[in-house]
Amino acid sequence: MAEKIVVDARGSFCPGPLMELIARLKFAQVGDELEVLSTDKGSSADIPEWLNKVGHQILGTREEAGVFHIALKKMK
Amino acid sequence: MSNKISIVVVSGERERLQMAGMIASVGAVSGDEVTVFLSMNALHYFRKGAAEPAPPEGAFGKLLEQKKAPAFKQLFQSAAELGDAKIRPCSMAVDVLGVGAQDLEPWVGEPMGLTKFLSEAHGGQVWSF
Repeated sequence: MAEKIVVDARGSFCPGPLMELIARLKFAQVGDELEVLSTDKGSSADIPEWLNKVGHQILGTREEAGVFHIALKKMK
Repeated sequence: MSNKISIVVVSGERERLQMAGMIASVGAVSGDEVTVFLSMNALHYFRKGAAEPAPPEGAFGKLLEQKKAPAFKQLFQSAAELGDAKIRPCSMAVDVLGVGAQDLEPWVGEPMGLTKFLSEAHGGQVWSF
């Protein structure tokens, strides 16, 4: 069972949340699920763009009380 | 398909260093082949331990410091460590400033001459700040 890893990047501005995610992804296993928390609206659009470009799976995105949650699965 | 992105950074102003670091880091972690060429007023900030903030060019630069934007130096380091970007000081700037490899951050590579930089940049995108 893959672990769920939370990357809490709230308060950081672009490209901080993306960099925090990538730093964490390096140490994750293929198949692991991660969720990024970000308060930066730009990142909420740019992180899915990056995931599509690089080839990781987007499991879902939602906004809750000003916090964007981006869930993903490491594919490679 | 990966792009080749060459970024020339000569400015010592905060906004320009920040934008250059943003492009370098995001490009590098997206699979692009990034080379950053540091010269003129920019090189000083890549000395080991240099932590003083670069002076802002305008109001936005002041905001960058107040808000929690990633430090530009951190962005270049992420580009090198997470995305294998090559961060290379200009050999002329290294000579003028009188710095050796041991004086620069460990993720900054060997000095590069313009001839080499121009050959590496050939056929790719070139950005300058």
